[in-house]
Amino acid sequence: MPKLIKDHQIIEDNWLIIDADFEGDLPEQNAIVPLNYWTQNRESLASRKNVGVWLDSHEEPAPLSADLKSLPVVAINFPKFADGRGYSYARLLRERFNYDGEIRAIGDVLQDQLFYMKRCGFNAFSIRADRDIEQALNGLSDFSNSYQAGCDNPIPQFRRR
Amino acid sequence: MYKYDDYDRNLVLERVKQFRGQTDRFFSGELAEDEYLALRLQNGLYVQRLAPMLRVAIPYGMLSSVQLRRLADLSRTYDKGYVHFTTRQNVQFNWPEIKDVPDMLQSLSEVEMHAIQTSGNCIRNTTTDQFAGVINDEIIDPRPYCELIRQWSTFHPEFAYLPRKFKIAVNACPTEDRAAIKVHDIGLEIIKNEQGETGFRVFVGGGLGRTPLLGSAINEFLAEQDLLTYLEAVIRVYNQHGRRDNKYKARIKILVKALTPEVFAQKVEDEWQHIKESPAKLTNEEIDRVKGFFDAPDYKTISSTPSFEEQKASNKAFANWVNRNTNHHKVQGYSIVTLTLKKTGVPPGDVSDDKLELIADLADQYSFGEVRVAHDQNIVLANVKQDDLFDVWKKAQPAGFATPNLNMLTDIICCPGGDFCALANAKSIPIAEQIQTRFDNLDYLYDLGEIELNISGCMNACGHHHIGNIGILGVDKKGLEFYQVSLGGCSGKDASVGKILGPSFAREQMADIIEKIINVYVENRTDEELFLDTYRRIGMTPFKERVYAKAH
Repeated sequence: MPKLIKDHQIIEDNWLIIDADFEGDLPEQNAIVPLNYWTQNRESLASRKNVGVWLDSHEEPAPLSADLKSLPVVAINFPKFADGRGYSYARLLRERFNYDGEIRAIGDVLQDQLFYMKRCGFNAFSIRADRDIEQALNGLSDFSNSYQAGCDNPIPQFRRR
Repeated sequence: MYKYDDYDRNLVLERVKQFRGQTDRFFSGELAEDEYLALRLQNGLYVQRLAPMLRVAIPYGMLSSVQLRRLADLSRTYDKGYVHFTTRQNVQFNWPEIKDVPDMLQSLSEVEMHAIQTSGNCIRNTTTDQFAGVINDEIIDPRPYCELIRQWSTFHPEFAYLPRKFKIAVNACPTEDRAAIKVHDIGLEIIKNEQGETGFRVFVGGGLGRTPLLGSAINEFLAEQDLLTYLEAVIRVYNQHGRRDNKYKARIKILVKALTPEVFAQKVEDEWQHIKESPAKLTNEEIDRVKGFFDAPDYKTISSTPSFEEQKASNKAFANWVNRNTNHHKVQGYSIVTLTLKKTGVPPGDVSDDKLELIADLADQYSFGEVRVAHDQNIVLANVKQDDLFDVWKKAQPAGFATPNLNMLTDIICCPGGDFCALANAKSIPIAEQIQTRFDNLDYLYDLGEIELNISGCMNACGHHHIGNIGILGVDKKGLEFYQVSLGGCSGKDASVGKILGPSFAREQMADIIEKIINVYVENRTDEELFLDTYRRIGMTPFKERVYAKAH
């Protein structure tokens, strides 16, 4: 089973990511479905407690806002690590829509982006398969302090100085 | 000047450690080339035509003598004994080895310097007026706000992977704009409202490059406490909606233009309403704390300056230099001195190690141990007693820093160009030299008055050619280097983008072409007109006719 960093721990990942162009019936197991599939099958999926949604980098989180209460996980895809839209999406999920479930980074997710991702509200990271997840874990603690407010600490440093 | 506390120091040290680890992983093959590229760029490390280049941040242009000496040391140890000051108040090493860069950063951290976010698609060094805090007519010293922006933008977790680079500039002078804020992604003009409260007029979407545009005002008065949350709202809108499919259309100016400034402003306003009153809102205590670092130095009370007056009267060369290269200071008996780094034959902005140390000595002896780096690639001693000016002039002369050509035709802004830069289409430094050699008569230069001539080696426009009164752009024509000329650009309060004169020229023609343009100005000007005024009055045609006239 693939591994996942969640809440600073390396754990077994027992969620299946469903492809963007998937059609038909969803398998019984835990699944994270693309936004499109969710929108089309919202009624039938909402009753299952083991379905999450993933957003691609061009899909803003606002259309999900009404569904967030029942979603155990929202994943955000990074097609390339340099596409930074997902950082804003995660912050909006946490700060604007008060989502408190799992926010997972998927796609081109690498050690050197984890610290920023964590500060933006991600708490789970699906590290790119060709990389050492143990080493990637170090990326979460590159810095011991930050100037700005973030999801990890809404009080900016100037109010703590 | 701002002084680090333990928080600031620790962050920079942790960055050095992080970058050392990244560089080790790159050399061991654990990090791919493109992954390391994005990380090294956020640390100012480019790989250029001939060697890597390291760009070090000089926050809003302020440098101490200690820092200057460290730059000199580093240039001797790791480079070829000189550095290059840029148009965005930063400094570059042109010849370091990648493997040495972590050690260079370690050394810089000891003097409170770093290369954080000097490159890459993130928020860059915030720039401002090199005369901040010492001129009479500024609304308020802009540097504390620049420092607040520096801290807020440093390692901003949401904005490290923007569609494109992002530059902010601040101006607080109502009569002039030495920071060129209207050609920045965000330009902040410090103003007072009717109640006498400090705030900002916010411009967005200015920029140079392939699509030169002036910024549009999207907020006529932003209260100072709202500065950081509003910037956050602007950049959050840009991060989500800026184009990522084409790097030449990815700057915020393209988004603002596509949406219209009104619609963009509304999106920012909507976003801002959610975060305006969050804990991220600045407190008056914090604004005051940071202002405390920029208190006036210990000025002497000086009522008269007899030796200065006597030296001016008896030495014409000294008087020329005072007239040209010093500016009026807000405190009586003091002057602002600009050391021009534009001696003919030396690439504009380049300074050797021994000369960096000379500047440090001058700063220690005459200007409270501090200097500023100016947008026009000169160095400013901001607080010199007028009775010391003669000594400063004497000591600056042998180093070539006292060429009295500030803001004259030969005070050229110029990028490193094809001699150093991998992006350049053409060399730029030899063009500067050709023009400086042609116009070497100071009396003639003074007669011409202020003319801004800017040279860029490619359309990325690092030499700001669009906003030069005369702009020169290097272009590639079937593998040969040619130069396109534009006229009428201006970076000041009444900023404008220059218009292209016509077909481009070969390198060896350039001094002749500039001379023809200057002659048209001299023949047409009225007594009080500067070059730009004459151009704006008579238009492009007379220049075009002269330059492209068939030889008889």
